[in-house]
Parts: sequence; C-alpha cells; structure tokens
Amino acid sequence: MLRIPCPHCGERDETEFRYRGDAGKARPAGDADIAAFATYVYERDNPLGWHVEWWMHVAGCRKLLKLVRHTLSHEIHAVLAPDAEPPFPPREQGR
Amino acid sequence: MPGPARIGRGLLTDGDRPVGFRFDGRELTALAGDTLASALLANGRRLVGRSFKYHRPRGVVTAGPGEPCALVDVIGSAGREPNQLATTLVLREGLVAESQNRWPSLSVDALAINDLLSRFLPAGFYYKTFMSPGWAWERLYEPLIRRAAGLGRLVAPAVEHPAPAETVHDHADVLVVGAGVAGLAAAHRLGACGLKVLLADQDVTLGAGALLEARAIAWREQMAAALARLPTVRWLPSTTVLGAYGHGVFGALETLSPEAEARFGGLRERLRVIRAKRVILATGAPERLIAFPGNDVPGVMLAGAALGYLRRYGVAVGTRPALFVNNDEAYEALFALHGAGVRPAGVIDPRPQSLAMERARSLGVEVHAGAVVASVAGRRAVRGVSVANVGGGHRATLRADCLLMSGGHTPSTALAAQLGAPLKWQEAIAAFTADLAPAVGSVAGAARGVFGLAAAARDGDAAARAIATDLGRAVNSAIAIDLPADPAATPLAELWEVSAPGKAFVDLQNDVTTADVRLAYREGYEHLDHMKRYTTHGMATDQGRTGGLTGAAVLAKARGVPVSRVGALKPRPFAQPVPFAALAGGEVGEHFKPKRRLPLHDWHEAAGATFVRAGLWLRPLVYSGSSGWEPVLAEARAVRSAVGITDVSTLGKIDVQGPDAAKFLDFVYANTFSTLAVGRARYGLMLREDGLVFDDGTTARLAPEHFLVTTTTVNSVAVLEHLEFHLQTVCRELDVLVTDVGDHWAQFAVAGPRSREVLERVVTGVPLSNEAFPFMAAGAATIAGVAGRLFRISFSGELAYEVAVPARHALEVWSALIAAGKPLGIRPYGLDALNTLRIEKGHVTGAELNGNTTADDLGMGRMLKASGDHIGRSLARRAGLLAPDRLQLVGVRPVDATRRLRNGTQLVAASARSTSLGYVTSSTPSAELPGWVGLALVAGGRARIGERLLGVSPVHAETTDIEVVSPHHADAGNTRVRA
Repeated sequence: MLRIPCPHCGERDETEFRYRGDAGKARPAGDADIAAFATYVYERDNPLGWHVEWWMHVAGCRKLLKLVRHTLSHEIHAVLAPDAEPPFPPREQGR
Repeated sequence: MPGPARIGRGLLTDGDRPVGFRFDGRELTALAGDTLASALLANGRRLVGRSFKYHRPRGVVTAGPGEPCALVDVIGSAGREPNQLATTLVLREGLVAESQNRWPSLSVDALAINDLLSRFLPAGFYYKTFMSPGWAWERLYEPLIRRAAGLGRLVAPAVEHPAPAETVHDHADVLVVGAGVAGLAAAHRLGACGLKVLLADQDVTLGAGALLEARAIAWREQMAAALARLPTVRWLPSTTVLGAYGHGVFGALETLSPEAEARFGGLRERLRVIRAKRVILATGAPERLIAFPGNDVPGVMLAGAALGYLRRYGVAVGTRPALFVNNDEAYEALFALHGAGVRPAGVIDPRPQSLAMERARSLGVEVHAGAVVASVAGRRAVRGVSVANVGGGHRATLRADCLLMSGGHTPSTALAAQLGAPLKWQEAIAAFTADLAPAVGSVAGAARGVFGLAAAARDGDAAARAIATDLGRAVNSAIAIDLPADPAATPLAELWEVSAPGKAFVDLQNDVTTADVRLAYREGYEHLDHMKRYTTHGMATDQGRTGGLTGAAVLAKARGVPVSRVGALKPRPFAQPVPFAALAGGEVGEHFKPKRRLPLHDWHEAAGATFVRAGLWLRPLVYSGSSGWEPVLAEARAVRSAVGITDVSTLGKIDVQGPDAAKFLDFVYANTFSTLAVGRARYGLMLREDGLVFDDGTTARLAPEHFLVTTTTVNSVAVLEHLEFHLQTVCRELDVLVTDVGDHWAQFAVAGPRSREVLERVVTGVPLSNEAFPFMAAGAATIAGVAGRLFRISFSGELAYEVAVPARHALEVWSALIAAGKPLGIRPYGLDALNTLRIEKGHVTGAELNGNTTADDLGMGRMLKASGDHIGRSLARRAGLLAPDRLQLVGVRPVDATRRLRNGTQLVAASARSTSLGYVTSSTPSAELPGWVGLALVAGGRARIGERLLGVSPVHAETTDIEVVSPHHADAGNTRVRA
C-alpha cells in the first residue's frame, strides 16, 4: 500500500485517494481533431520506472495531487500541485 | 508426565496441568502448553495424516508453521475447520481433531492405491490423462478427482462465531519481525533509544533458537525482562507477519491463546495492519529437507524439530534416532537427545569429516562419514535406514525408529523479496539472502545468513544501531551482548538429493518428487515458477518452506546450471493460510457496508415501507409489506389520477458558484447552461471524454453566478469528483467553487394532476399558477413555513414539483405536504412506483445510462451543442458512435397484453433467431396502459418502431411476441407536465 504524503493533510494511506490516471497527458485544445482526443483518452505508456500521475485526496482535502512515482519500487519522488512541472527526469535506475 | 514419550521437562509445558483431547476418536492426555503435534508425539503417535496425491502415511515433520504434513481438521461447536497445523495449534482441554485425507481410517486408506498407480499419475497428469471424451471431464473425472484430492473437508459452520475476528491498526517507529536472538537484541537496542517498537513473532514465546540452546536460556530470560521494562517496546506473540506491502505497511495475523480468547469473548484472530518507519526482518532460517527415497515415512523429520520437541515440550520423537545431516548445526538435536538419555542409532553425513562429527564419535555414537541414506525401511513408521557411500554402494543398515534430517538452513527472504530486494546466493550456506535499502530497514541474524546465536544477536544489535542513528536517536554504547561464544562449526556440504530408487520428495505437502521436477523440465517447464505451476511444488499452506529450495536445486541440476541461476520461488503474501473470517473482521452481515438512512427513514418505516438498498442508501421500495405488483400499481395510479409524494433526497446535489459557473457548466455538460435564465431549470447530459453518456440530471440557476446541479443517486460521488478533477486541471483558470450539498437538503417530489393544489396549501411567497411558475421554473420558496426551494420538474410525466428544504426540517415539511394532500387523495410512493412511472414516460436511469450508450443512442443526440468545447465533444462524433445500427433506445410492449416482459430478455427477429438485436433494459406492468411496458436497446431501434420482434429468455424458457414502440408510452406529447 502506498503512503502518500499529502501536502495539505500529511502522510495518508493510498485508500484515501483515488487514482486519476496519467498526469503526463494534457487535454488537447477543444477544436482538436478526433485523433488528438483519441490519443489523450486511450493511449497510455506503461513505463517501468518513473511515472507522473494524478491522485485525488477524496477522503481528505479533495485536492488533486501530481505524483512522481516509480512503478516498480513504488518510491514517491515528488508530490506536486496540479500545475507544477515535475522536477524531471529523475535519473533512471539501471533496470 | 502424560504420554510415554515425554522424557523430561519442557520449557513450555506445565507438568502439573494435564489436558485431555481427542484425536481420530481416541481419548488422549497431554500437558498444558503442548501443541497438538507435541501432544501426539508424546503419546507415541507417529502417523497423523495421509498425503495429498498418493495417500501415503505421513507424520510430523517440523515443529512450527512450515509444517507440510501434520494438517488436521478441528471439530468444535462452530463447525469443522480444515487444514489446521498440528505444529502450531495450541492444545486446549477437550480439543477434538481428526486426520485428513483418508478413508475409511488413517491406518487403512482405500486411496493409498494411488501410490501403487503412481507411474500413471505423473506431474501434470490431469492435463494429459483426462482429455477425452470431452463430456467426461465435468461428469466423471472432475467429481472423482475432487473426491480423491484436496486436503481437509470444509463443512459449513453450525453456528456463527460469537466474535469472529477484528482488525486493528498499529503504528511504530520500527517493526521487528521475529523474536529470536537477533530480533530480541534489536528490539532491546531500539527500545533503549526510546523508539517505539513492535516485536512480532509467530511463536507463543520469545526466543526462538535461544529456547533450544541451554547456554542461551539465561540471556533470553534477561532480555525478556529487559523488554518488559521498556515502555516503548510492545511484543506481539503468536503474530505472523503475512505480507509486506511497501511504504512501511505490513499485514499480520495474531492468533489468540485459549486464555486471551476467553478474555475477549471468543475472539480468535486479530488482523493487524502495521505502519512503521523502518523494519528489521529477523525472520530466521528454517531447516530444509533432503530429497532421498522414503524421506516422507512417518518418523522422518527435520533435526531441528526433534530438538524443539525435546526442549520445548520434553518429548523425545523416538527411542532410537538416526541423523542424516550435512551441517554441524543440526547435530544439536543428537547431542540434546543423547544428553536426555536417548541412545542414537547413528549419524549419516556426506562430509568426510567435521567438528560435530568428532564430538558425536566421542559420545560413542556410530558415525558414517561420506555417506547418505539410500532408503528407509517401514511404511507407517520408520523401522530402519539403509546407508550408502556418497559415491554409491551399500555401506550399512541401521535399526532406527526415527530419522532426523537436515539439508541446511534457508534464510526466510519472503518479506524482503516482497519489498523488492534482489536475492543473492551465499555459497557458504548454500542459500539465498536479501538485503533491504536503508530507507526501508534491514535484515538481521540468520535471515541474513548469520548463523550462531551470539553472532545473530550482534547482527541484530548492529542493525538496530544503524536504524536508531538514521532516525536521529543517540545510541548508548554501554549495552553489550553477553551471550556465550558460538561453538566452532565445519561448513556444510551442499546436498540436495540422493540418487537412489524410490520416491524422493521435494514437496511433502503436494507429493512432488525429484522425478516430477525432472519431468517438468523435460516437458519444457524450465523456469522455476513454471515448474511450480506444473508440479504444484511449493504451493499450499507451507509454501515450500521445507523443500522449496531443494526443488529449485533439482531443477538446476536438470538444467545443468547452478542453483543461483534458477533462483527461488516468488513469495507472495500471505505467508501462512489466513481464515477469510480474519480478513473480513467485523465487516460481515449487517456491517458489510455502511448504511445511509434518509432523514425521513423513521417515517417511511412507520408507514410500512419495504426498503431497498440503492448504493449505500436504504430507500422505500413500496409502502407495503406484501410482494407483487398491486401495491406498486396502486401508488403509481394515485400519481396518474390524483397526487403522490416521494422522497428523492438521495439524488446528488452539487452547489456550483462563481463568476465562471455558467462557463464551467457549459464545459462539463454536453448542452448549454449559460443561456439558462435565473429562476429556470434545465435537463442536462454529461458525457465522459470518450463521448459516452456519464450522467444526467436537472440543473437550476438560482442566481447569475449560482447553480444547483443534481445527479443520479448512484453517480453523486463520481460526478462531484469529475467536476473537481476538471476544475483543478483543464478548467484551472475558471473562478468556480463546487460544494457537495447532497446531505444538506431533503427533497420531495409531489407529482400528479392535483399536485398544484397540494402545493398551494403549503407554499408561500411564490404564485404557483402555470403562467407565474411554469414547467421548469425554479426558485426560493417558503414551504410550510420553512425557507427552501421549489422546482417545477417532473420525472413521472405528470404535473409535478420538487421541494427542497434543509434536512432538519424534513419531517415537518413532509408532514405538512401529506396533511395538505390528504383531502386530495395523496399517497406516498416508493422506488418501484417511481420506476413504473418513468418507464411509462420513457425516462432513462442506470439501466440505460450503462456506460455503453451515447446521447444519440438515447434519442438525445440533438441536445449536444453545435459550437463550443465540452467534455466528450470530439470523441462523441466518431463515426462508430453515430452508426445507424447502434443499439438505440425504444419502447417495447408484448403483443399479447396478458404476457409479461422481463429485463434482460433478448430481442431477435423471427427470421434470424440466433442473432440478438438487443435486449430489454427496464420493464414494468403499466399503471396507465393494459399489460406491460418496457424500454429496450435495439440495433437501429428507432427505424424499427412498429416492427415485431421475438423476446427470448432462455433461462425462463419463454418466447414472447414483442412490438417495438416509441419509448414514450404515456403522454407522448408531453402535455401533462405543462398543464
């Protein structure tokens, strides 16, 4: 189980949060074509390594957090505000 | 000293407290503090079970939780519980246990014929043998296999447990897993530094290896006393850490002692969820078996187990033990038994010489160096062993009544591996070890391959010092480990199997032999985890604790690679079997889910409502205790003919305010809200970004910058989250606040041609004429003297209003409405009548908003705004979502009005009965029309209106002629709502 350090509430269990997917995807402009939206909605990387993702603290402050999490070790490198740019790239482990 | 094999005083048994129990119908006596296994051994019982596949006689192999064979059924007032480990089951007065997997009795078992047929039952035999004919699997093979295989029998409990289990949460600076010498030293050090420590151990007492070594007893007692004085150290006995879940979270199962069980009202288990900053894994190194022919005969057991039975319970496992070992540590069993007056039959050791061997010789024990056991004489008990030279060739035959084996010790790496630690091969102990990252914790003692009590204790202390420093504590260097020095030992010689004729088991619980492992390899299962799945090696309750690595070594040899290349079985939680009851804890029955009650719950109950669960809510289904449609239709007819009132407080209500509120709603809804006038409401449709319908509801504009969004009951949480997500991402620049006000407002629908008359009697401040307060009007109003809101919206298709008042005023307002409506024939109506009315009207709910339908499918395609961005805009225009042959919403009615409809009925054309064109989503007997009406999703449905289809429900063996009609069964012109 992840323990997520919420900047507003402190460190909490993952079960207080709802995973909201890949935070590396930006919604295309409203007039973008179907292909651009299809990429936004359906196409996901499945990285072994660092992943930027949305977690919403639904059982806490209800704020959306941008996490930088390692998909293998589950290490949480950073917990950021939604509009923050992740301090990237953390050096990839030699796996 | 109950039991003929009890030759001395045990550390855990109380010689003054005999305990009676029953095994396989025989009354026996043992001592308080015994496990069932030690009690049986004390009574000379060797044969305790039959094996899984071959039904071979089996005895006790270990003295702990890794036991593969001594599994029993325990019969109590709560029913029959299978697969209890005799080696950890603490004896209690009156315990009744039975052996497993035998018929008619343990000594005469009919299916032991499987052993003779074993050449026809190789690894993977089910996959090969029971292939054809196809019908036979279900009717013949599977029932036979199910009868023959398996372990215990599960019988439904006769009564419920009074207190089945509980879940508790523990927090600590450091979790120390294992209370052997390393764990004790670590916990003591950490506690002395003032750190909060949880010391969890599966054993009933502290000490593990220190219990077995006479020279360490004093130290152990000192440590126990010291720990008891440290206020921040908490010892959790009989607590197995089941799994490591990362980020310092661990699951553990505590089994209560008979005394604690009585104290806690029958509570038997506690599931502990532990959160700790660091962990020290001092989990030790269980002994492993050697695969030699006959290594499963009752009386063959691990050497350390024999030592345990003697020290802990004062039980000698035999009167003439032979020892077959490859390491010096295992000789302790022989020395201890010798010291207790037991005369060993001899020692068989593959090594040419060793220090322990010399000591055995000096005691006058017959020692066969450079030798192995080639076979075991005896079937239901060991009668003797045949000794061969390591290179081959018979050397001697020993008469013995038990054989104590040890192939070395395998550090427990399961928890470390679950935390992502890589395994490292340690040549000196022929096993893997693992280390943790410092931010996680460390591995200490035998679990890290540091054998010897003093060395392990020092290792535990060192690990604790490092962690204490890391956590910012000053370390007091005055504490010393004063255990006697470890005796010098000759290193082990790797020995995994003895090549000789006969079945040599690597997994005693699943009856996996060395031959099975080699067969798996020949058939292509080269990876250890594939071999495991093919042969079942390392599965079930013991998880390969005694022979897991031995099996890996046999596979390595077959592959011609070192064991280090083959690796170890991937350990997953749980470390031991966990009763479902322990996982469920208190969340059973009524407490499985929380219940949400309406503000008017008591009123509904007093009015005779039958309740139904809708999500977490309890909603009135119908105000009648009797089943059938008549009470429902009576309620619905009251709405159609006069007036009814229903509680719709469960609808989601979200307050949306701010300068950009209208702009925000234009984005989240597929239709437009910025054009909505203050004091008006509008039906809204939300899409998901993939273009499918997410939710619907009515949204009112209460002020220029203030909207009230309503959602369906089931989606209220999801819609709120959806709005908040977009406000914090793509709509970040908008100045809008959303607030969940669902619980603040009680809301009632008053529906029917006479609803205006009811409202006129209780509403003040708002003129209710059709002109002054038309269909879709909304605004503040005073209802029965309470400041609230009034909406002229309708789900039933009748003239209708919804009133909303603060929840604390629910009863007075509801009562006033009922009183006002009484002369007009008002009736409360429940969810069933609500559903009947909306189906007649063609309104959609969850059955149609099923996550697969688009706005167009539901006939609402024109609602999508032509210009401007909104969620789902782009992907809703995909050609596939606009195809004319998609499932579209239609109405359905049986051609013969005496026939009924059923939800889920498939609709087919009479000419092509095997192709489903769609299905019935909702159906009800009609309050207004003769017979049943329904809604359906039908391929190209709108173009089929007027056609006839067949409704087929194979599970009910029904075929019904169906007419496809408009979904608006009642008042298709929608005139009533505007009356």
